Amino acid sequence: MGQTLSEQILSHAAGRTVRSGDFVVIEPDVVMSHDSLTPGIIKILRQELGIEKVKYPERLVFSMDHVAPASTVGTADAQNLVRRFAQEHNIRLFEVGRGICHQVLVEEKIAMPGKVVIGSDSHSTSYGAVGAFGTGMGSTDVALAWATGKTWLRVPETLRVTVKGRFRIGVDAKDLALKLCREITIDGANYMTVEYHGLDWLPLSNRQTLASMAVEMGAKAGIVPPTGVIADDFPAPSWLSIDPEAVYARTVVVNLNDLEPQVSVPHAVDNVADVSDVAGTKVSVIFIGTCTNGRYEDLRIAADILRGKRVASGVRLIITPASSRELNRAAIDGTLSVLLEAGATLTTPGCGMCMGRHQGTLGEEDVCLSTANRNFKGRMGSPKARIYLASPAVAAATALKGVIADPREL
Amino acid sequence: MARVWKFGADIDTDQIVPGRYAPYMRPDADVGEAAFIEARPEFAKTAQPGDVIVALENFGCGSSREYAVEALRRRKVGAIFALSFARIFYRNALNLGIPLFQAPEIVEALQDGDEITLDIPNGRLIRGEQVFQLPELPKFARDILSAGGIIPYVRKYGRFPGEA
Ligand code: SF4
Repeated sequence: MGQTLSEQILSHAAGRTVRSGDFVVIEPDVVMSHDSLTPGIIKILRQELGIEKVKYPERLVFSMDHVAPASTVGTADAQNLVRRFAQEHNIRLFEVGRGICHQVLVEEKIAMPGKVVIGSDSHSTSYGAVGAFGTGMGSTDVALAWATGKTWLRVPETLRVTVKGRFRIGVDAKDLALKLCREITIDGANYMTVEYHGLDWLPLSNRQTLASMAVEMGAKAGIVPPTGVIADDFPAPSWLSIDPEAVYARTVVVNLNDLEPQVSVPHAVDNVADVSDVAGTKVSVIFIGTCTNGRYEDLRIAADILRGKRVASGVRLIITPASSRELNRAAIDGTLSVLLEAGATLTTPGCGMCMGRHQGTLGEEDVCLSTANRNFKGRMGSPKARIYLASPAVAAATALKGVIADPREL
Repeated sequence: MARVWKFGADIDTDQIVPGRYAPYMRPDADVGEAAFIEARPEFAKTAQPGDVIVALENFGCGSSREYAVEALRRRKVGAIFALSFARIFYRNALNLGIPLFQAPEIVEALQDGDEITLDIPNGRLIRGEQVFQLPELPKFARDILSAGGIIPYVRKYGRFPGEA
């Protein structure tokens, strides 16, 4: 019987052949946690487990991205605690300004094909962009992984997405991700892995957009096979390959040739409309950033639309690059100055306003069009604020017009 | 007697505890006080230990924030019944020792504000004259819950559920 990518990766990690539905106890290759939760995980380790030692410090990675730089004395103290802990235990730590954990682990090639990466963050599905099995867990599970080097998992069933065709102009991977949320719904992939096929041509940044949003359909992991254009940079181990005999719980086919720009409407990610249905909606803030769409390629798409123009009066365009490297790429080729000349404001690479804690928290009257991945009530600040989700192209077009706009009609 | 707090579908973790109320943001506050602080302020103010949450599909979707579950634990929520649960929430709740049941019949029958008695040792929920059987949990879930959560479990047995 054939195996899905998750079954192959978890079989390799477990040292025996496993199938969906089996329980496994494995040693994850990487255990990631960020500034928001690491202080609490340290507390669980010390107070509930009563230990100080981490089993494999070399497998741990900390990143300072959720409230970076610190916004209050409390967050500053908590971050210093994490820094001290990292130093004492010899744990890799990516400092304030380096970027969002999910971006940095891919840039640093810590997430690689076939690896198991667990993270204290639901968007740890992002590591599937390079063919890793990435999944999010709570603080207690992460603390136990620190202490024992192990975690337990149920091997998930797999939902196969077969993609046909190519994006038309003005349409990109974010539209595909939103379209999938629309079709599969917010819990349609609960407990499953989403495997994306037919995308050998898709660049890395776009794969990251897809994998990050797998969790918005409830998925445990979202894996793009590490084949095609990323294969040289992210070589797969010999035991990992697409198995034509693999058994999928469900297959969904999407044709890109007739995909329109998609917009997720408040207050649920799967409440998705074609851009034409919501065009004209007035907004006050446009946010370009996050692990879903804060990379150089995203900034470049926005810059190409905004070049030589100004954002509409009455709107703020806030840009938060996903990492220092992405920011630097945008600086080197002038993308950044196009955006600044158009009136954008720039914040420190990291999560920025995605979680409503700093650098642009929304007020009651705000209507935000964001390139992020969640538009739950209160996600970015006031529960009265309204959040629309869309691609960088729709975001840039909306910034120009001050109302939700179709980038193809500029 | 315990009160039923009934919710709809897709209650996300931002509704249970908004990110701005995370312990990280308010180190001196009790996260229990933030439970449903914006989505259901009445719960935040008046829920009593032992009260139960009843919800439709996909309860707890969204982020992995365990402090959403921790907030409910601090409020001593007796159990959560839903048509389905989001996976990270389900796991976090078991880990922290909160019983949770996928129980369509109970979800359908119970209304917001109902007074009930929850009798987990005998697998029953009682409302007036009516007695509902609690569905049986998978073995690993029963084992974790009877230990009082995953940490007491691992400390007691020296291994994970399902580990030889
Ligand atoms: S950018 Fe947003 S979704 Fe991504 S890790 Fe940060 S807070 Fe989470």
